[in-house]
Amino acid sequence: MSNPQQLRYSKEHEWLSGAEDGVSTVGITEHAANALGDVVFVQLPEVGDTVTAGETCGELESTKSVSDLYSPVSGEVTEVNEDVVSDPALVNSAPFEGGWLFKVRVSEEPADLLSADEYTAFSAG
Amino acid sequence: MSSSEPRLTALDALHRSLGATMTDFAGWDMPLRYGSERDEHTAVRTKAGLFDLSHMGEITVTGPQAAQLLNFALVGNIASVGVGRARYTMICRADGGILDDLIVYRLGETEYMVVANASNAQVVLDALTERAAGFDAEVRDDRDAYALIAVQGPESPGILASVTDADLDGLKYYAGLPGTVAGVPALIARTGYTGEDGFELFVRPEHAVELWQALTKAGEGVGLVPCGLSCRDTLRLEAGMPLYGHELSTSLTPFDAGLGRVVKFEKEGDFVGRAALREAADNAHQAPPRVLVGLIAEGRRVPRAGYAVVAGGEVIGEVTSGAPSPTLGKPIAMAYVDAAHAAPGTAGVAVDIRGSHEPYEVVALPFYKRQK
Repeated sequence: MSNPQQLRYSKEHEWLSGAEDGVSTVGITEHAANALGDVVFVQLPEVGDTVTAGETCGELESTKSVSDLYSPVSGEVTEVNEDVVSDPALVNSAPFEGGWLFKVRVSEEPADLLSADEYTAFSAG
Repeated sequence: MSSSEPRLTALDALHRSLGATMTDFAGWDMPLRYGSERDEHTAVRTKAGLFDLSHMGEITVTGPQAAQLLNFALVGNIASVGVGRARYTMICRADGGILDDLIVYRLGETEYMVVANASNAQVVLDALTERAAGFDAEVRDDRDAYALIAVQGPESPGILASVTDADLDGLKYYAGLPGTVAGVPALIARTGYTGEDGFELFVRPEHAVELWQALTKAGEGVGLVPCGLSCRDTLRLEAGMPLYGHELSTSLTPFDAGLGRVVKFEKEGDFVGRAALREAADNAHQAPPRVLVGLIAEGRRVPRAGYAVVAGGEVIGEVTSGAPSPTLGKPIAMAYVDAAHAAPGTAGVAVDIRGSHEPYEVVALPFYKRQK
């Protein structure tokens, strides 16, 4: 699998797009989606919620387990992906595209987000 | 015994070449899934699936008193099992607690194969060995003598028939016969843990790859896919089949688990646990213990083993297994609940899913029964 170069990554296996008008998109990586198995339920933060980098803001249920969703940045949620709520399998089939989770107006970014190459090495280890 | 190095089945390299996600299961490195576990589940329900179950623990019991030994050591009437037939049974402690659930195959007048769960194989082997004292019978550890490949699903009879001359039509559910499959000697058993028609093939480990490949080829045109333990768990859960460590444990008797029918008091001679199980049977009639029930979600959040079942603000039970059911399209669970709340349709039952009480419908098990 390849992690898109234009994204940045957290050690909790979320990805973050570059900001457009201060708003970035968040999802989980293909590595994380593969580790979870078939995702069957996604609970996302609500529009207007404040999320904090490194803190839980939702959960992902798969056949075998439930996992917390961590926000890779701090900010205010501006949009959530309703498609992924109604069809959670999008997280598995298109984790970097149609399976995105939410958009956030970034107020603060942690300094330790990884580049694609750094994340690839991190997730392989 | 070192537990650091996982044990590998004879099919390990093949699983890796198929891109399987592997998982540790009772000290074995086993395929969890090859692709989507839901697709694997659906394949078994509608077409066919191929499983490596070589972690299961085979124990051979032979000798003039093999039947008497097993009647003493296990709760079932094993002496009454005909040659070529199999029986679902349990091995209990003297206090009635379940050590494991088992399938016992009678291979000959004086030869049986006991198949234990991987996690309990050593415990079962030790108990059988100890209980064999005084019997003219031998208990043999055959865990390394067999690989076990299962082909399960409605297409499985056709797939197997294309690679064996054995009389599959004459092979009934819970029967087993020696034969040749794809050129290799096998014990062909019509058993499984999926709720579907299917077969389990016990072969020598050195024949496992050849058999797997032959079955894969035979199933190519009818939708056979390799399947991992993840879908095996959702398949057995839908079929209402208990899993040791979840629905069964040493702190429960077969009567607690709603499986008192496996205990045969009428059989000849004493057996380990008889007195305690007699008491458990009487108690079960007078004061029913918690009852194993099915729960179906109204919402989408999935109950997991250990979650509390609640009603009217009180804890009334505990989930033992839970998963999103691919067949029902909803989360399901098995749970032990107080008898007062165990009737199908009981209102107001919920599962505490990480602090939120999600409504659940109480149903009779199983969730899924195949149409014959």
